[in-house]
Amino acid sequence: MANTLTHLERLEAESIHIIREVVAEAEKPVMLYSVGKDSAVMLHLARKAFYPSPPPFPLLHVDTTWKFKAMYELRDRMAKESGMDLLVYQNPEAKEKGINPFDHGALHTDMWKTEGLKQALDKYGFDAAFGGARRDEEKSRAKERIFSFRTASHGWDPKNQRPELWNLYNARKAKGESIRVFPISNWTELDVWQYIQLNAIPIVPLYFAAKRPTVERDGMLLMVDDDRFPLKPGEVPVERSIRFRTLGCYPLTGAVESEAKTLPEVIQETLLTTTSERQGRAIDKDAGGAGMEVKKQQGYF
Amino acid sequence: MTDTETSSPGPADPVYVTEALIAEDIDAYLDQHQHKTMLRFITCGSVDDGKSTLIGRMLYDSKMIFEDQLDALTADSKKVGTQGQEIDFALLVDGLAAEREQGITIDVAYRFFNTEKRKFIVADCPGHEQYTRNMVTGASTADLAVILIDARKGVLVQTRRHSYLCHLIGVTNLVLAVNKMDLVDYSQEVFDQIVADYTAFAKSIGIESFTAMPISGFKGDNVTSLSANTPWYKGADYAGVSLIEHLESVEVNSARDAAKPFRLPVQWVNRPNLDFRGFSGLIATGSVKPGDPVRVLPSGKTSTVTRIVTLDGDLDEAVAGQSVTVCFADEIDCSRGSVIATADNPPQTADQFEATIVWMDDAPLHVGRAYWLKLGTQMVSASVQQPKYAVNVNTMEHVAVKTLELNAIGVAQLATDKPVTFEPYAENRSLGGFILIDKMTNSTVGAGMLHFSLRRSQNVHWQATDITRADHASLKNQTPRVLWFTGLSGSGKSTIANAVEKRLNLMNRHTFLLDGDNVRHGLNKDLGFTEADRIENIRRVGEVAKLMTDAGLIVLTAFISPFKADRELVRAMLPQGEFVEIFVDTPLEVAEARDVKGLYKKARSGALKNFTGIDSPYEQPTDPEIRVNTVEMTADEAAEYIIRKLMPLK
Repeated sequence: MANTLTHLERLEAESIHIIREVVAEAEKPVMLYSVGKDSAVMLHLARKAFYPSPPPFPLLHVDTTWKFKAMYELRDRMAKESGMDLLVYQNPEAKEKGINPFDHGALHTDMWKTEGLKQALDKYGFDAAFGGARRDEEKSRAKERIFSFRTASHGWDPKNQRPELWNLYNARKAKGESIRVFPISNWTELDVWQYIQLNAIPIVPLYFAAKRPTVERDGMLLMVDDDRFPLKPGEVPVERSIRFRTLGCYPLTGAVESEAKTLPEVIQETLLTTTSERQGRAIDKDAGGAGMEVKKQQGYF
Repeated sequence: MTDTETSSPGPADPVYVTEALIAEDIDAYLDQHQHKTMLRFITCGSVDDGKSTLIGRMLYDSKMIFEDQLDALTADSKKVGTQGQEIDFALLVDGLAAEREQGITIDVAYRFFNTEKRKFIVADCPGHEQYTRNMVTGASTADLAVILIDARKGVLVQTRRHSYLCHLIGVTNLVLAVNKMDLVDYSQEVFDQIVADYTAFAKSIGIESFTAMPISGFKGDNVTSLSANTPWYKGADYAGVSLIEHLESVEVNSARDAAKPFRLPVQWVNRPNLDFRGFSGLIATGSVKPGDPVRVLPSGKTSTVTRIVTLDGDLDEAVAGQSVTVCFADEIDCSRGSVIATADNPPQTADQFEATIVWMDDAPLHVGRAYWLKLGTQMVSASVQQPKYAVNVNTMEHVAVKTLELNAIGVAQLATDKPVTFEPYAENRSLGGFILIDKMTNSTVGAGMLHFSLRRSQNVHWQATDITRADHASLKNQTPRVLWFTGLSGSGKSTIANAVEKRLNLMNRHTFLLDGDNVRHGLNKDLGFTEADRIENIRRVGEVAKLMTDAGLIVLTAFISPFKADRELVRAMLPQGEFVEIFVDTPLEVAEARDVKGLYKKARSGALKNFTGIDSPYEQPTDPEIRVNTVEMTADEAAEYIIRKLMPLK
């Protein structure tokens, strides 16, 4: 082995170190699992960290009931393969009120995701939650610590974060308080893709191009994933060769037209593209330039 | 030479993303990317040195900005930008809403970009004095520091401060980037003068070498490639490399760490079943192979590595920077906090040190108080003595101080409650760098670098004796306890403690009552009533009480002991269950009305300073073992209640 590790080897080692620190110091950790490519990498790193034991914490999927079918399939398969418990949480209030992305817009994200997450963490009493966010995703993420401290009401105060020196993380907290931990903070989108390729990590097939039924709305290509999709008068789904750069609720996630059917082709397209990854998501555009920062202060991941 | 012919590298500049390669042969590109090394660096400069602009340019040139972000940037530049109609790169980097409004960077932000040879992580560090802690944070993981100077202003107080901090944290690769050269007509004389000034300063604080370069972050000169505007820079007296070329070629820390002796701080013991026992951690320095003899600290026991286990199969060798799980040939004691080291060259273990401490909390250091100290995977209780001196980061002068305030840097001795396996910070960042955590707020309040252990702890060994504390206790037919009475002055601690001792005496129990006032006549007569002295008062009483329990006694103490942290310090000194906190709960009005010794009156008149309850706080126990309410109970009833709670005491 060469004495100088490659950047991916260093990133992998750093992430594993972070995951192990949390398990050693937190009372009841959980891994937030969104079934996306970042979650896939994070789960793989957790399996590496504790091999030959299974990761000693459960997976938590905060479900909105509006994810792509293919995501639910992979979710159940990966939980089984990793030998971890899978907890699925759906906000009962959102369910009762029938909150959905077609009729309720921003309220949908707020109730199913932000509120759902807080409720789930409170219900199970988790004091540390792993998330797959990366610093290269978005400007306010760039300043977040790896161990992000949250008050008992899940709030985040960007001006009052604990300093993080060397690889020493302070996981101490009072009862009721919690930490969100981001083990792949220092990975870029390209790193994630390359790691998936090198480790043959299973990801949702929607990341690869295929013919899929779509409609075009407000400049976004949406996939008609099931018959809950309300078609407007005269609207007919069209078969297009598409793929997704990020995955969320299918009615809120824009596809790109693409022919990239393999990982190298996807990476190639990603590198040559000129729009940023989160652009396919409606969520960042709320509340002007500070959208994500405001969401985070309210308790969003 | 006109401006248009000079270097203003566009996105297609060859050192950055090789777009042609991506398009033509993605596999070749991926192979190249896969084998890149990583360099972490920080940029330091004050608000106007053009730091954000330089970083913005590096991101822009390496195509880390997408079209939608660029559109937003162009719009923002016109709205709030400071560069007229041109793109304000700084807006790309200044992330949070608060600082966009103020136009300053308030926290460490991490950015990423690639060149053909390396991946870079940039910690963008603010230059304001009140944010020293952020700079120290950013520097702690850096392989290199870029110190920016505005060519028009030269070496400023901030420049000195940033350089000192980088040097303190042990960043040995320093780049002096003389920025805004376009605004001084690319003058060689201006550059030479700044470098001469800086050289004199650097020598004075022990910086051995640095690389100086004339750049313009705004125009792009000497950032990715050498600029035609500074032909003189190619001369023999100069580095003659662009910033990016330099960043691509300097040695990273992890390469240096691999050459040092093997050290693996244990994070977690992996025990899925009875047949497997592995020790997981990140290798701090050196390398390890199956068959290597190792020694586990602090126990000093030795064994041999049998396997290096990973999900992808066993490894033949692992090096510094890798996260691994190792197995031993023998079942020896090894757990979280242990350090696995090469057998013939292990690190030292000690409990008293000299260290440089950077204070990072609004509340100043409490000399003598117990904080959590985290070093590697070790967590111990530690107290810091009065600093020998603090360093004025602007003048580098040593200043006499009583404590350390926010952003202060000082040298002090510290003591830990358990031995710590360590190496001097200069030799090993992982085993020499530590953080201090407040036990009550859980904030990270300080960071430190261990320099050496004090001779005292190397030469004072614990003398093992044949008659143990259990022998003492069994002869007395009792279980030792410390009955720690705490409460306001006049709450009735001494009276109740006295009544409890009388009852225990009648029951043939061997006891001793340590009273606050009495101790201050002898053992602690050198101490006053400042916060620091009160902490030391309690620490000494705790040590004496501990010795007495070693002798098998039931010790009763009656001290106000107003600070939770100090009571917890004493609790931590004793075996589990031996510390019994008894809260004598009397409201301030009641205690003040009693005023047996006339002290409240004095305190109210101002004749007595730092009096608990009046101008010094009393932190109530949140979860005492026993609580007695002296409004509802007489002293005798309280004593009876305590005895009932304590039984059987055997």
